[in-house]
Amino acid sequence: MSEELAIDVKGMTKRFGTRTVVNKIDLQVRRGEIYGFLGPNGSGKTTFIRMLCGLLKADEGSGTCLGFDVIKQSEEIKKQVGYMTQRFSFYEDLSIRENLDFVARMYGVKKREETVNASIKRLGLAGREQQLAGQLSGGWKQRLALAACLIHEPKLLLLDEPTAGVDPKARRDFWEQIHQLAAEGLTFLITTHYMDEAERCHRLAYIAYGNLLTRGTVQEVIDSAHLTTWSVKGGDLVKLAGELRGKPGVHQAVAFGTMLHVSGGDEKALEQAIAPFRNDHEWMHIRPGLEDVFIHLMDQSKDNFAAE
Amino acid sequence: MNRYFSITRFLAIIIKEFIQMRRDRVTFGMMVGIPLLQLLLFGFAINSDPKHLPAAVLMNDQGPQARTLLSAIRNSGYYEFVQQVHSEDEAREVLEHGEVQFVITIPQDFSRDLLRGDKPTLLIEADATDPAATSNAINIMRPLLTTALMNDFKGPLAYLAQSEAPIDLRIHALYNPEAVTQYNIVPGLMGVVLTMTMVMITALAITRERERGTMENLLSMPTRPFEVLLGKIIPYMFVGYIQVTLILIAAHFLFHVPMIGNLGLLFAAAFVFIAANLAVGITFSTLATNQLQAVQGSFFFFLPSLLLSGFMFPFRGMPQWAQNIGEVLPLTHFLRIVRGVLLKGNDFADISLQLWQIGLFAIIALVIGVFRYRQTLD
Repeated sequence: MSEELAIDVKGMTKRFGTRTVVNKIDLQVRRGEIYGFLGPNGSGKTTFIRMLCGLLKADEGSGTCLGFDVIKQSEEIKKQVGYMTQRFSFYEDLSIRENLDFVARMYGVKKREETVNASIKRLGLAGREQQLAGQLSGGWKQRLALAACLIHEPKLLLLDEPTAGVDPKARRDFWEQIHQLAAEGLTFLITTHYMDEAERCHRLAYIAYGNLLTRGTVQEVIDSAHLTTWSVKGGDLVKLAGELRGKPGVHQAVAFGTMLHVSGGDEKALEQAIAPFRNDHEWMHIRPGLEDVFIHLMDQSKDNFAAE
Repeated sequence: MNRYFSITRFLAIIIKEFIQMRRDRVTFGMMVGIPLLQLLLFGFAINSDPKHLPAAVLMNDQGPQARTLLSAIRNSGYYEFVQQVHSEDEAREVLEHGEVQFVITIPQDFSRDLLRGDKPTLLIEADATDPAATSNAINIMRPLLTTALMNDFKGPLAYLAQSEAPIDLRIHALYNPEAVTQYNIVPGLMGVVLTMTMVMITALAITRERERGTMENLLSMPTRPFEVLLGKIIPYMFVGYIQVTLILIAAHFLFHVPMIGNLGLLFAAAFVFIAANLAVGITFSTLATNQLQAVQGSFFFFLPSLLLSGFMFPFRGMPQWAQNIGEVLPLTHFLRIVRGVLLKGNDFADISLQLWQIGLFAIIALVIGVFRYRQTLD
């Protein structure tokens, strides 16, 4: 086991009945790292996270989480991990303070009152601490949930779509806080659907249908896809997309606002495919973005999935 | 579409409700199963004219008339002589423990006095805590006595048949001499109310966490099943004690129920009983997948408790199999404790067996609950 790695697991597998939801996933996350976990809905992200913190029993797999055996020592892992669920799962009929107090007691936090007070202050909720959690708006609920996850000073935070349904300003504040905490040595594993958030992670992994498809820094992920992308402007782009899709060399034609991103794995084949349309529209060769890569990966894995 | 009532919209709701009803198989099964079970259980078990009530005989005379009389009493079907006692103290003791419902005392020289026309006394002591259980058995005694001896009063004894009543029948309705129904019902209600509320409250405890999504959070924290289950039980112990106190106050001031025994003992016994009900509730909670099922589960437990415990109908009036079910239920034993302590002045030794049975039930229920409690979301 390496001291460097907060998470070091191999072959994690989970089946529900005959369906394999997480298929032999290996993952290494370094201490102090913000690791993004991306993938479409139902790809197994939540299941994987639940296995890490002992909420689900893995069918196969081994490794360590914070130095503890991920299969056998989930009680130890729970003490040092903060898990923020996708849906707000604190008590809506308890006040902010009561919720924090409850969590602090559950983890046996020393100097509980001080810790809770400090947490409320940091949250910026001083004065509103008697308010019921159920009355908070989505953004505040999320902040409360994060504060509650941090109260026992965990070493690893597992955040499952922490910013779903949160406005852009709150999201930005949230990410600033994450980066600050990471700088202090906390490790994060965060699932998200947002590309801008993915780009804020130190490293990321992409999973679809339970399989880990790619991982690395943003740049590594983009480069490893070997994708050529053209941006098209002007003319009837909807019609163009329809004509391009299915042509050899064209993997995808995706609308981005007033532009169309046309991508393919084989540079030559793609150029041949778009040649007949070159004069009707404005074409520009661009670097593919994360989104292009992910859509590409997803389409490919769908093909694999169907072929199996 | 009609502005006020649209058949299409109306149909949409009906169809949706049917689909949802069909999806929750357990609930549907219970809706069909509970009435069926009740019908079978209670249709056969409940009997408001209890027979074969256990009785003891204190036989101080072995004469032929005494024997004739006893067999006539037995043949009436209301009495079942389960034991013979040898002293009045012993007679009182078996009544107090509830081992028998009646003690029939045949005095010395009964047969001789009868033949002399001295009107011997036949004493029947009845445990009348539950008047409904004893009244029929008592009422048949007088006509029974007259007819029973008619056969003997022939030939030389024919003169006895002339006299109005050859025997002086004395009936002592013990513990509740005026046969006040409230004396029996009100203490019993304590157990019934506790059963109903305690089971229901905790039955919702885990399913509520699950339905609100807080279970996932709770499970991600380092906690053990016992901590969760016991932690959810203890606060309701207080609620239970408030109920016990309120009912006792009402029983005393509103219904004037006699309180002969030690109330401290009753409070101590209530602890075990409340714990047993809470344990049942929490176990239902781990078995049910939603709150509706949890509530149905508690009803499933509550109804037999109500009907087979001896609260609504005389326990001994039920067939043996129904009594066996009743013996499992904590309420059955608690009713005996409450009535025993309040009306008969039972002490700890008298109720310890009942208490022990409730305690065993509580432990088994809690163990099942802990065993069923899932520490993962699998």
